[in-house]
Amino acid sequence: MSPPVLEARAENAAFRKTILAAFRFMLLARLLDDKFAALYRAGKIHGGVFLGRGQEALSVSIGISLKKNDIFAPLIRDAAGRLAFGETVLDAVRTHMGSALGPMRGRDGNVHRGKPLEGSLPMISHLGAMISVVNGMLFARRLQNRHGTVGAASIGDGATSTGAFHEALNQAAVEKLPLVLVVADNQYAYSTPTSKQFACESLADRAIGYGVEVQNVDGTDLFACLKTLGEAVLRARHGGGPQMVVARLLRLCGHGEHDTADYVDPKLKNSPLGRDCLKAAEETLLRREWLDASTLASMRREVVREIDETVAQVQREPAPDPFAENWTAISCGHLAEGDEGNQGDNMPARKS
Amino acid sequence: MTITYLEAIREAQARVLRDDPRVFIYGQDVGRFGGAFKATKTLALEFPGRVLDAPISEDAIVGLAVGAAIEGMRPIIEMQFADFSTVAFNQIVNQAATLFWRTNVPCPITVRLPFGATSGSGPFHSQCPEAVYAHFPGLIVLTPATVEDAYSMLIEAVALDDPVIFCEHKLLYYHLKAEKLPREAIPIGKARIAREGRDLTVVTYGVMVHEALEAASELSDEGWETEIVDLRSVKPLDTDTVIASVARTGKLLCLGEAWPWGGVTAEIIARVAAEGLDLLDVPPQRLNARDTPVPYHPNLWAAHRPTARSVAAAARNLLRH
Repeated sequence: MSPPVLEARAENAAFRKTILAAFRFMLLARLLDDKFAALYRAGKIHGGVFLGRGQEALSVSIGISLKKNDIFAPLIRDAAGRLAFGETVLDAVRTHMGSALGPMRGRDGNVHRGKPLEGSLPMISHLGAMISVVNGMLFARRLQNRHGTVGAASIGDGATSTGAFHEALNQAAVEKLPLVLVVADNQYAYSTPTSKQFACESLADRAIGYGVEVQNVDGTDLFACLKTLGEAVLRARHGGGPQMVVARLLRLCGHGEHDTADYVDPKLKNSPLGRDCLKAAEETLLRREWLDASTLASMRREVVREIDETVAQVQREPAPDPFAENWTAISCGHLAEGDEGNQGDNMPARKS
Repeated sequence: MTITYLEAIREAQARVLRDDPRVFIYGQDVGRFGGAFKATKTLALEFPGRVLDAPISEDAIVGLAVGAAIEGMRPIIEMQFADFSTVAFNQIVNQAATLFWRTNVPCPITVRLPFGATSGSGPFHSQCPEAVYAHFPGLIVLTPATVEDAYSMLIEAVALDDPVIFCEHKLLYYHLKAEKLPREAIPIGKARIAREGRDLTVVTYGVMVHEALEAASELSDEGWETEIVDLRSVKPLDTDTVIASVARTGKLLCLGEAWPWGGVTAEIIARVAAEGLDLLDVPPQRLNARDTPVPYHPNLWAAHRPTARSVAAAARNLLRH
């Protein structure tokens, strides 16, 4: 057995490594989001763009606490968590830009991306509905005698008002599934403030009602988020049943890039909730001398280069071709209705 | 020995549980209790850990099935009544039905819906939602009308890689009987000629096949020979068999227990009109339930849904046209 002092030092070194990795994912996510916002304003993105600004500390803590064979059902502000869970910048850019080579092949876009067989679930817009899908994956693994994996689902304060959230949280509790449900209480669901969303004192109360263990955490504090999420994932992994984490923070952007968010209360912006988690983490790391200014600058350069090179690559990739598309919604092709009942084919004119 | 439509459903589930370790059953009261209609009677004992009770949470039940399917399982979900599947509507039409299209990952779930009206069941234990589900791309919708089809189509449904809405008619559960279970079956997607005839085609499915058969024997006494097409599968719809029958008879009556607006009967008429209008000697007609919730009292219920009597009357109008 090694002496306790050495153990503590090793633990500290491992924690420091995790923190620095998490910080890099946060920075990558922030700058990637900024790039998507710029591309959106330049009219280069079809559909909406939704940013995770202000939520990176919480998000990355989920992704980094999970292991390869775990499950992650993100929300729309989880770029950092997705990257930490193993998503490539390439998949994120391809989905936003509608590349035919992306995981969604132009059939779905922006935040609605994932690779279910690799444990990352592509959300439907009714976010609360993803929780029971994670339950189902965990349930199946138990039936298959595959133990030791965890499923995390990420939702906002708004999704806790949906019936799907309540059904799924209760289901996870009844079945004692290794679910980690993370609630980003970011003060607004689109434009609706929390005062019109729920009347309980804390969203944590909801977990208690279902017999689910719950922790509150300051969502602007990377150190606290990493600790809380790491422990929740560990408890779930080791048979502690479903866990809920409620993180209070403020969304530092509109609901989407189409939204000016002028409804956000300035008092909230100036409160501790309005603190930018990325800036706070940076300051702490510099102050503790776990990071120095030149390492930070080169990290930033690397991240910017990766994003720019990926966007340049994807801009040259083919868009989906309606003439080459398989217009079949089911996998049993012999049972497809095809264009039965449709007399035209709706095809655009072919480009000569 | 005879076997009922309900027993055939139970036997089909026992068989897939036996043959395929990926299959499990999840739903309200399906475990030790054996289901509200006893469609899973003793299965929990025979297949320990694979026939599992769920909380009253239809949304989460179907969501769980989708997740399990992603992990390679083949869940069978029992909705206690088809009417309650509205609570799971989002998971069925937005989650299950879009998964393959969006991700290329199949979603092999079977959702059993005990559907259709029985006397005294009232507005919330009687509905026929098949057309609603058929409207959404990505779903297969089946409506077996015989003991043989209830058995063979359920087995095939579980084997399919797509989400299947399996509409089993409650009125047939106990009364419809067969001598034995079938060894061979018509594949899903093909309609069946339930009775041959030269004068009129009745296209129908589910319990209405039996009302149509009764009407046909009444009409036969009057000298009219009715051909009855049992669709078996609402989606996909076997348009070819329908058109071929209309080509033989020149007259079409579409019959359904569901409400008329935008339903299966409307779809059939639209297809026949578009692809075979010149085959029709007279304008096609349809007969459906009335456009009100399903009434509770037997007197009202009997006047709400089509019956052999109203089918025969509608047929006579067409035949005398």
